[in-house]
Amino acid sequence: MPRVLGYAEPLSVEPGEEIRFMVGTLDGPRRYRAEVVRMICGDTHPGGLRTVRVPTPIDGEHEGTPQAIDAGSYAIVERPEAFAGLVRFTLQAFVQPTRVPVRPAPRRQVVMGTWAADQGDGFALMLDETGALAVLVGTAQVSTGAPLTARRWYHVAAAVDLAAGTVTLRQTPLGDHTPSLEQPVVVTATVRATPAPAADFFLGAARHAIEDGRLRTTWHFNGKIDRPTLARRALAVDDLAAAATARTTSLDAADALGLWDLAADVATDRVSDRSPNHLHGRTVNAPKRAVTGHNWDGTEMDWRRAPHQYGAIHFHDDDLYDAGWRPSLTLTVPADVRSGVYALRLDAAGGPEFWVVFYVRPPRRGPRARVAFLASTATYLAYSNYRARMRPGPAELYIGALPIVDTTDLLLMHHPELGGSTYDTHSDGSGVCHVSRRRPIVNVRPTGRLWNLFLDLCLLNWLEAHDQPYDVVTDDDLHAEGLTLLDGYTVVLTGCHPEYYSREMLDALAAYLGRGGRLMYMGGNGFYWRVSYPSAHPGMIEMRRAEDGTRAWVESVGEYYHSSTGEYGGLWRRQGRAPNALVGVGFVAQGFDRSSYYRRTAASRDPRARFIFEGVAGEILGDFGTAWDGAAGLELDAFNPSLGSPPWALVVASSENHSNAFQLVNEEMNVSFAGADGQFSPAVRADMVFYEHPGGGAVFSTGSIAYVGSLAHADYANDISRLTLNVLRRFLDPAPFTAP
Amino acid sequence: MFVIDPGRTDLALEFRHRPFGPHSPELQAVLNVLRSSQHCQNLLLICTRPHAEWVLAEKQPGGRPPRLLPGLVFTSVEAAEWHAFQLRWEAVTGRPLPPLDRE
Repeated sequence: MPRVLGYAEPLSVEPGEEIRFMVGTLDGPRRYRAEVVRMICGDTHPGGLRTVRVPTPIDGEHEGTPQAIDAGSYAIVERPEAFAGLVRFTLQAFVQPTRVPVRPAPRRQVVMGTWAADQGDGFALMLDETGALAVLVGTAQVSTGAPLTARRWYHVAAAVDLAAGTVTLRQTPLGDHTPSLEQPVVVTATVRATPAPAADFFLGAARHAIEDGRLRTTWHFNGKIDRPTLARRALAVDDLAAAATARTTSLDAADALGLWDLAADVATDRVSDRSPNHLHGRTVNAPKRAVTGHNWDGTEMDWRRAPHQYGAIHFHDDDLYDAGWRPSLTLTVPADVRSGVYALRLDAAGGPEFWVVFYVRPPRRGPRARVAFLASTATYLAYSNYRARMRPGPAELYIGALPIVDTTDLLLMHHPELGGSTYDTHSDGSGVCHVSRRRPIVNVRPTGRLWNLFLDLCLLNWLEAHDQPYDVVTDDDLHAEGLTLLDGYTVVLTGCHPEYYSREMLDALAAYLGRGGRLMYMGGNGFYWRVSYPSAHPGMIEMRRAEDGTRAWVESVGEYYHSSTGEYGGLWRRQGRAPNALVGVGFVAQGFDRSSYYRRTAASRDPRARFIFEGVAGEILGDFGTAWDGAAGLELDAFNPSLGSPPWALVVASSENHSNAFQLVNEEMNVSFAGADGQFSPAVRADMVFYEHPGGGAVFSTGSIAYVGSLAHADYANDISRLTLNVLRRFLDPAPFTAP
Repeated sequence: MFVIDPGRTDLALEFRHRPFGPHSPELQAVLNVLRSSQHCQNLLLICTRPHAEWVLAEKQPGGRPPRLLPGLVFTSVEAAEWHAFQLRWEAVTGRPLPPLDRE
């Protein structure tokens, strides 16, 4: 496994701008070698990796030092003096724990408090190792002894009177539509503890220590916390019962030390206190917000329309937003560096290299190439640190072969603090809907699984082989700058899998076409999922696997709307913007055992498409390729006017002869039916499409992720390369296209 | 429910010749059973040397790293697929595959 890891900030830079590399080790200090390279081709075969070294001042040997990662989300109110020396107080909240107990190693999970492990002092309302409600005051712990039930809402409370030396705990299951035999549990016990000094107050975790100048946390809570409050007196047993019955944690202003309203500021990292003390806090590691609270009754699905029913935050012990590593190397990108896909390559003894990928875009005020490659950085990020193939599950039923990983991928299973992808679930089984590039990313590299960036390098390699100058820009740039980024490029090429798109990115591409742009969609399953870029968490994207779609997990009911922007999550197809309307095709099927070929259609003889097939002799196109031996494979898109494919578009070729590992996707089936696989269903296919846009430009779509893997076959002497070059050359010709 | 006929070693031979297909419908039925069976489930290949060496492993629950299966090192993915097929055939049918001659 790699011994030295890193990440970069920012992701996309111009020549002359500065980029910082955060480099660290996970197992002690070690020396490493760094060099900056421009990537041209990935390791598709022995000796296939092609990079160009860029000499920089940061090249050479360096000392790598350990940098820890404090995974787990929580909220923190920094050192509220109002909590110092509390003698009598009551902690209340609604909680819905999701790991009861934590397995395989049961441990405490803190709901809220000031308890600090390195001080051995403070107080905390928590679940004990068995999952029962407990309170810790100093070293004295009292538990109800009755484990909560996972995924059930509870009113929980601890009333503490250190003068009288008593603690009362109450856990009350809240009724819902699910039958339950569970009853409230009340425990009163004596304690000996002294009031604690002022300390940071946490929701969802406890302080472990300060290490290397950084806060480390522990005992992370898994699940939802709603309306936590802290009173300045010890409520009586009857008062606790009344509050639970009334389903409230609220307090009179005179009693309130803290009244945290988690339904406020949902799009931010702010945690607001409604008490007169104004003890506002902030979240850390981007827990999930805009989540249903204890009182959600299903009458509203949009948190903005019923914020009082969305008063919770869902914390996870494996959330990670910002690893917080110190910069190790800083580079001013040389002025003469061309635009491209680059990496800081890190080599250390005892393991394979580690790639920290970044992008050099052309200067904003400089000359541009005529062709832009739009790197699918939103998609690369959505898949970053993808662990799912290494976890139990019937993957072979949809892959059609054994899943394959390498020793770099294994790092994720030995270091779960690196966090997962949006294809993973958290430790509590809930879906990962936030993913950040402020951490080492293990699987965006020119090696390993032939997918996403690795496969996209086949396209760049092809451009290089044909001496076609190109600029590289990213999804992140497109989201931020819109049409301005693309205006001026004659041709824009996507990669093989531009799956994740924000509204801003879609609008920009549509506007680009409207102004006569020429778009070559070189992949499949594109423009599929909606994402947002939270302004409160730069470097992160948010998505929700809502309602429909081919989903690695299913979003929780009532949580389809993004917290960061309020937009409705899920498929673009389910929001009136199916990919067909942009590129003429949309996702229909997938399979991962072997790829197939296209067959020319009668429509390919139309004079409008003649330019595509100049010099192309065969009827069968692409029965070869690096991506499992065919140009039509992995994920396939097809033409469909009912979803917005322009009716005048030409389907110039369609794939066939797919295996029975290829299945129609669930959003193409309203009712399951037999014969939905590649051997029996004509709907399982990739359509190669061309259409003239009313703006004077045009679109060419391959409808297949595997396509770019076929470009280099027989040293580019093949029909796939030929026809792609024909399209590129015509698209570079400024003569307008005219729709029929 | 479909039950694999242990006498159909011809289907095993078909898989051995073409582990990545195209598969006959009868072989595909066998593969569907083998890949969804409770036995020998959760197999994983770990590439330990790019383009050269793979090790068979078993995915573990609870977030634990995969467990490498001792001694199962392959120089091609086809060989690994064949070995996994044999493991599962025996686990599901209760009988090991007899030696099969390559045609």
